[in-house]
Amino acid sequence: MGQPLLILGLETSCDDTAAAVVQEGRTVLSSIVSSQDSFHLPFGGVVPEIASRCHLEVINAVLDAALKQAGVAFSDLGGVAVSYGPGLVGSLLVGVSVAKSLAYTLDLPLIAVNHLEGHIYANFLTGAAITFPLLSLIVSGGHTSLLYMEDHGQIKVLGKTRDDAAGEVYDKIARELGLGFPGGPVLDRLAGRGDATAFSFPRALMGEKGKLDFSFSGVKTAVLNCIRRETEKGRQINLADIAASFQEAVVEVLVGKALLAVRQKRTKQFLLAGGVAANSQLRKRLEQVLTREGVELVRPPVEYCTDNGAMVAAAGYYYLQRGRLAAWNLNAVPNLGFGPLKNK
Amino acid sequence: MLPATGLEWKLLLTIKSSSEEMTRKIGCLLGKIVPPGTVLALSGDLGAGKTVLAQGVGLGLGVAETVNSPSYVLMNLYQGRMEFYHFDFYRLEEEEELFALGLEEYFYGEGVTLIEWADKFPGVLPPDRLEIKMLKDDTDLEKTRQIYFVPRGKLDVFFLKELGKIASSCA
Repeated sequence: MGQPLLILGLETSCDDTAAAVVQEGRTVLSSIVSSQDSFHLPFGGVVPEIASRCHLEVINAVLDAALKQAGVAFSDLGGVAVSYGPGLVGSLLVGVSVAKSLAYTLDLPLIAVNHLEGHIYANFLTGAAITFPLLSLIVSGGHTSLLYMEDHGQIKVLGKTRDDAAGEVYDKIARELGLGFPGGPVLDRLAGRGDATAFSFPRALMGEKGKLDFSFSGVKTAVLNCIRRETEKGRQINLADIAASFQEAVVEVLVGKALLAVRQKRTKQFLLAGGVAANSQLRKRLEQVLTREGVELVRPPVEYCTDNGAMVAAAGYYYLQRGRLAAWNLNAVPNLGFGPLKNK
Repeated sequence: MLPATGLEWKLLLTIKSSSEEMTRKIGCLLGKIVPPGTVLALSGDLGAGKTVLAQGVGLGLGVAETVNSPSYVLMNLYQGRMEFYHFDFYRLEEEEELFALGLEEYFYGEGVTLIEWADKFPGVLPPDRLEIKMLKDDTDLEKTRQIYFVPRGKLDVFFLKELGKIASSCA
């Protein structure tokens, strides 16, 4: 046993510029996300929202902060992991270029991580023992995917959204109701006080036997039409009731499809991932259903549900263990799917 | 709620869609005739069916993958008989945020570009484009949609003729 292996994880697939140092794929030594209020540039002041989207401007500061918080130097690192897709090509390229330069100059292994796979690996940061094969549900603003994972790096997509992602629908409805952004936490809190049977919103694709795809665009439109109709009739809209009824429709579909997958695959564990993993109702209902089925629900610490570098570093650690390294011609792949390393 | 008319509105086609399936079908017909390099600037309320129409265009372009909402990821890229760039300005607040997307490369490329919520940033749109506005019908909120097509600048004449045929076949 030598020194513990430290991996630097970089994440720039969408808005957030993030870097983290993770030890042995499980212990987070540091995790910096540029959009966090607590992140200050060395010259002081909070990074403005606009600048946080310009990865180029902040990546060096984020990187320095991650090393400093971890109390390590470049020479202590054992590998550099980076999200190389899916995402925006321009954003991904910043992370990929920085990771390549670092790995090349420091003579470290370069590890290319699928961003969505990274979300699953946020669950490895809980300290819980993870056993394969397993099922995972990624629910976020940009994605809703139900996955079967046989082993590290072996992922099969069982179902995904055909239109809107679940988190996206939360945000759109919250915005329409004037509840601000992000909409998930606000609607979740409101729903706790409302009557889930007050309105009946559609549960799309529940009837399609054995099909594990999702569709949330219909429930979005139904809620919006309901708000409009109520307003036109001059009725006072009970926000809590709308939130509760809407959440009921979304959660029922997510839990229903999860249950279908569990019955098809019979795994021991079910890993929740992505920003919506923080939703109280989803967690509660999923836990109830899975417990009945004898399946353990694992979910990431709240701070690692949204985009971060630690999940990338965690995934990178397991890739490295399996010698799944990227070549120096690594490129960003905006429409990356699951499967073998794309190293075109 | 009709789009403002003016001298620049040379041709306005209207198609009434009575269902989600019909909106997808209209998109599909559009995807079959749209020439390379065309920009489709889509606008309309939340829930009007913009992504449904986009799914149809993808289908018509021969995209095998699921075309879904790019609101969060801002852009999705698909491969059909040509490349299909699917943008969404919904989540963007300021024009500056668009620079990171490298829009010009797509607008003036060989593929077809479709932008949802294009009316949020009219200033960044190329002069030659097909504007598509989708409105919910007040008498039937659930299903019926009015879809307006407005060509701006220079567009392929043959394409516009074919579009006219689609409009009359749906009437």
